[in-house]
Amino acid sequence: MKYESQGVAKLYFFGALTLFSAQLVFGLLGAILYVAPTSLPDFLPFSVVRMIHTNALVVWLLMGFFGATYYLIPEEAETELHSPGLAKLQFWLFFGAAGAAVVGYLFGYYDGRSYLEQPLYIKIGIVVVALMFLYNVSMTVLKGRKTVISNILLLGLWGIAVFFLFAFYVPSNTVLDKMFWWWVVHLWVEGVWELVLASILAFLMIKLTGVDREVVEKWLYVIVSLTLFTGILGTGHHYYWIGTPAYWQWIGSIFSALEVVPFFAIVIFAFSMVYKGGRRHPNKAALLWSLGCSVTAFFGAGVWGFLHTLAPVNYYTHGTQITAAHGHLAFYGAYAMINLAMFTYAMPQLLNRAPYNQTLNMISFWIITGGVAFMTAALTLAGVVQVHLQRVMGMAYMDVQAQLGMFYWLRLGGGLAVILGLVLYLVSLLAPGKASAPASASYVPAE
Amino acid sequence: MSETLTKAAARNIFYGGTVFFFVVFGVLVADSVTDAIAIAKVNPITPSVAAGKRIWERHACFDCHTLFGEGARFAPELGNVWLRYGGDKDPDGARESLKQWIKNQPTRVEGRHQMPHFDLTEQQLDQIVDYLRWTSRVNTQNWPPHISG
Repeated sequence: MKYESQGVAKLYFFGALTLFSAQLVFGLLGAILYVAPTSLPDFLPFSVVRMIHTNALVVWLLMGFFGATYYLIPEEAETELHSPGLAKLQFWLFFGAAGAAVVGYLFGYYDGRSYLEQPLYIKIGIVVVALMFLYNVSMTVLKGRKTVISNILLLGLWGIAVFFLFAFYVPSNTVLDKMFWWWVVHLWVEGVWELVLASILAFLMIKLTGVDREVVEKWLYVIVSLTLFTGILGTGHHYYWIGTPAYWQWIGSIFSALEVVPFFAIVIFAFSMVYKGGRRHPNKAALLWSLGCSVTAFFGAGVWGFLHTLAPVNYYTHGTQITAAHGHLAFYGAYAMINLAMFTYAMPQLLNRAPYNQTLNMISFWIITGGVAFMTAALTLAGVVQVHLQRVMGMAYMDVQAQLGMFYWLRLGGGLAVILGLVLYLVSLLAPGKASAPASASYVPAE
Repeated sequence: MSETLTKAAARNIFYGGTVFFFVVFGVLVADSVTDAIAIAKVNPITPSVAAGKRIWERHACFDCHTLFGEGARFAPELGNVWLRYGGDKDPDGARESLKQWIKNQPTRVEGRHQMPHFDLTEQQLDQIVDYLRWTSRVNTQNWPPHISG
């Protein structure tokens, strides 16, 4: 750790891991409700379980992004954070709001649309938190060195805040409502979040491989260009069947099919940096997560997205378990893994330890990734059967669900593996490593 | 990466291209907004329909059901449920059946997905049905493929 104020990241990473654990617990409850629908008490209906599962996911990912930003911005800007105190206050506000939202959900205090169920005062709190964050980070960058990584990262973070404002626009016209709901959801995860992903990955690549910054930054521009040139008009793939004009079927199909290209570019980027880079960084687990992130994002967001994005295909697959399969692998590969990579990279330095239980960390990588891949496979198979029975043959929804039990059991198994993997991951990060593990003498921080 | 592409050029392509694509997207969305507002002329959003939509949001119906394919996939698609209940032929019968269905939940049938019990007044039940009648009249480009949703 070069700058003392980078230490605030630790708080964010702990908070993110807490919410990640909650996300998985409620994911497990949801999976249980699919196979044993009457097994949970009445205050835990599927709707509440799902909203905690998805909200915890979104909030921990954002919390991880905030922490990653606080960690990397001082190193990029070569200066201490503008206000570490404000960063700590911001954390407790955000963590408190998330906790209040979850407890409120259990007592029926929710209102809104999917992923945006937070009551109005929580949404306003989120805006306050975002403003504190953007002020703090922007001031730090303004007084220090301006790099491409920090510029793209800031652009992504400002974009997250700006598009969140559409959460406050809830017209009574459902067609309009749905159109602009996607301005939050799609323009986040298939737009500005990818900017955050790409810049964190670029930072990690510089640190882990020692490749020249010039090369990495040029790649970064190419990746984020491909992302937004395809992703913005790619929003059209959500405008096929919601009451919007038919021309979106052409625009959405063409541009969203190309959304696989930036993810392919990320894979090529990550692997060629490792190939070119001379450095053997001692934190091999962080490198595994970084490379794994690029590959899993390519499959989850790229390939599984392409699978059902063309309008004539989506006509049959829209709103089936195919969507769920894609959602799980894409969120995990692109956004969970980049966060887990960053935690793995930064935590030893934040806790002032030499690289630590790396083998255990790498085992957890394979178990979690394997578990999510298995869930994705199970849901994909469930989706194919569902599409055929329901969308081709026209069978009723509940009759079709009765045919899918085996796949939902397999999905539950995959979920259990993910939870086991998370436990190992937490142990590897938090438990002290063996004292005999030597700190690598050859370790030289980049630049 | 090729030497022919300088960093400055890559930067200009990124910012210029992003602005260009966002403007194109904005123009298309503006056209679709006009279109969506016109829908409300032939398929009016009455106070009851708007109130029904608020109930839909307040009770997070989308966290189990889909509407136009969006939401969770734990329960049936509801965008066209009015037609599935025969609302186009027998509106009174469909209204009564839908209201009764909501009132009867949960079924507590073992192995069957459960819907919570919502304490809704007769008026609120009518509003939610009015909302689902409204959604059934939206032109969704013939989606879903079958009435079963």
